[in-house]
Amino acid sequence: MTTYAFYPGCVAKGGAPELYQSMVAVGEKLGFSLSELTGAACTGAGVISERDPLAGDVVNTRTFAMAEQLGHPIMTICSTCTGVMAQVASRVNRDEAYRSEVNQYLTDEGLEYQGTTEVKHLLWVLVEDYGLDRLKEMVVRPLTGVRLAPFYGCYIVRPSSAVDPLTAGREGYLEQVIATLGADPVEEYRGKDKCCGFPLLETNKKSSLALTGKRLDEARDVSADALVTPCPLCHLNLDGQQPDTPSATSTAPMPILHLPQAIGLAIGIAPERLGLGRHIIDTKGFMGKLAVAG
Amino acid sequence: MDVQLKVRRQNPEAEGEPYWKEYALAVPDHFTLLDALIQVREEVDETLSLRCSCRSHICGSCSMRVNGHANLACKTKLSDLHTDTVTVEPMGNMPVIKDLVVDLEPFWKKLYSIDPYLQPAGEVPDREYVVPADSMLHLDGVVNCIMCGACVSDCESLSVNPIFIGPTAFAKEYRFVMDPRDAADTQRLMQMNGPGGVWDCTHCYQCVEVCPKDVAPMERIMAMRKMLVDDGVAEKHNGARRQKAFTDIVGRYGRLDETRYLMKSVTMLELAGYAKVGLRSMTHGKLPPLLPHRIPDAARIRRIFERTRSTHRRRFKLHQQAQEGSRV
Repeated sequence: MTTYAFYPGCVAKGGAPELYQSMVAVGEKLGFSLSELTGAACTGAGVISERDPLAGDVVNTRTFAMAEQLGHPIMTICSTCTGVMAQVASRVNRDEAYRSEVNQYLTDEGLEYQGTTEVKHLLWVLVEDYGLDRLKEMVVRPLTGVRLAPFYGCYIVRPSSAVDPLTAGREGYLEQVIATLGADPVEEYRGKDKCCGFPLLETNKKSSLALTGKRLDEARDVSADALVTPCPLCHLNLDGQQPDTPSATSTAPMPILHLPQAIGLAIGIAPERLGLGRHIIDTKGFMGKLAVAG
Repeated sequence: MDVQLKVRRQNPEAEGEPYWKEYALAVPDHFTLLDALIQVREEVDETLSLRCSCRSHICGSCSMRVNGHANLACKTKLSDLHTDTVTVEPMGNMPVIKDLVVDLEPFWKKLYSIDPYLQPAGEVPDREYVVPADSMLHLDGVVNCIMCGACVSDCESLSVNPIFIGPTAFAKEYRFVMDPRDAADTQRLMQMNGPGGVWDCTHCYQCVEVCPKDVAPMERIMAMRKMLVDDGVAEKHNGARRQKAFTDIVGRYGRLDETRYLMKSVTMLELAGYAKVGLRSMTHGKLPPLLPHRIPDAARIRRIFERTRSTHRRRFKLHQQAQEGSRV
């Protein structure tokens, strides 16, 4: 299988350590060849580019150049990292003059980006490179009988001028993976491509938590048992801030799984190796449903 | 081609609750959604209400939600949708008058609140204002807005925060802040730093995605956030704190350290409110490491920030140039 320049992102190494832990476990079991980009910097998550658009482009182009030197495509496990990188790539890959301008800031490191690095989220790698048939063969403990609603995170679907889920045929990938794992992918969940509220946390906490609560209520409305997300920033709000959302005291808690955790459960990795005990919202009830259904 | 339209109907005046009504039609392949809705109104059900005028995506009258996202019905070709059933709903974030017709009063009020007209300083020149061509290039795109309301319909922030001034008004605000002839930029920036201002945008790209004219309102909002910080207007706002905290931390470690970021992004009082979140994280083995991860050669990232900063140019304003006594 292809070797990937693995870009875990800051949150998987910080506030959501269970994501990194579960990705490593799943990668081993599925036979992924991952070479971690330990020298790559943060993508900026949209904040660096807000402060200084050129700096945002340079820092990400530096990461592309590192992967290009290794000769590997980049694999991310974060919708936000993916989206930010896709936006930068849409500028520096297509526009040679601009790429030269950006490359000027990298020469002292001996880096020069040629515009060839491909950026892919784990979700895209699973469907396009690994293959859902192969994934299905690896499933030993189908997640039958549970309703897992997809929660994409904004940046992996918008702006389509950069990530283009429609023309690349990437719409519905998360639902397809959930179905491959044996669970019901709650197609009618309206919140799947809407905002979790995370980017507002420091500037308008009330609105941030209201958005988080709205997404969770929409999931409760369609009787989801849990949400699955390819974005750890969404997880920080949907899981970490869930106890402070407006309807938290009057409704049932909604467990939030990282994408590799859902895969790990289905391919037979022990829940503790997937860090399922490291969530703010207890996952034991969900595991109980799985056991009953299984 | 055969098409099934599933239309959300409602008549609040008659105290009617919303309901879905389906129309099965056979239409030519070139039909737009608007063509189909007009066919319904003229041949099937004359009680269906909708707004439309130019049929050429110029007037901005026929915005509605198509399969969940706002768009102009006249710009939506049915054969491009690739769905058997097309769901059609009125725009969001605005009260429904009847069926697909919404009350645009709140939309216009927000737009008027930003004084959407040019406010030049000094005497009116005998002939035209003369400005360098590149000082007008920023306005390319943003002047294409046709006030259709699609961005406001799908704005996530507005859905939970009614005082948010919103994407259409802010795109228009940008149009004047960046116009070399407008001299009210200081007042404009002060207003957008306040309640309902640009810091209330949740950066979700919905407005960029649904805009039928590529105005990219969110990109304009982000550009104005930068101006607020550059001009020192937002100094005491968490928005400015978070921009600075983020770049400082990534400039120092190469990575984001969430604990330090939060500590530097909010006020001490607000930070106290996060104590229980910190405690929750700690008891669940989720607290980020106290010593942040540092990438090798992290200093290079700071150096990149320092070097790119030196390329920043301030926006060109005629009134400032006049004060400085120089000429175009």
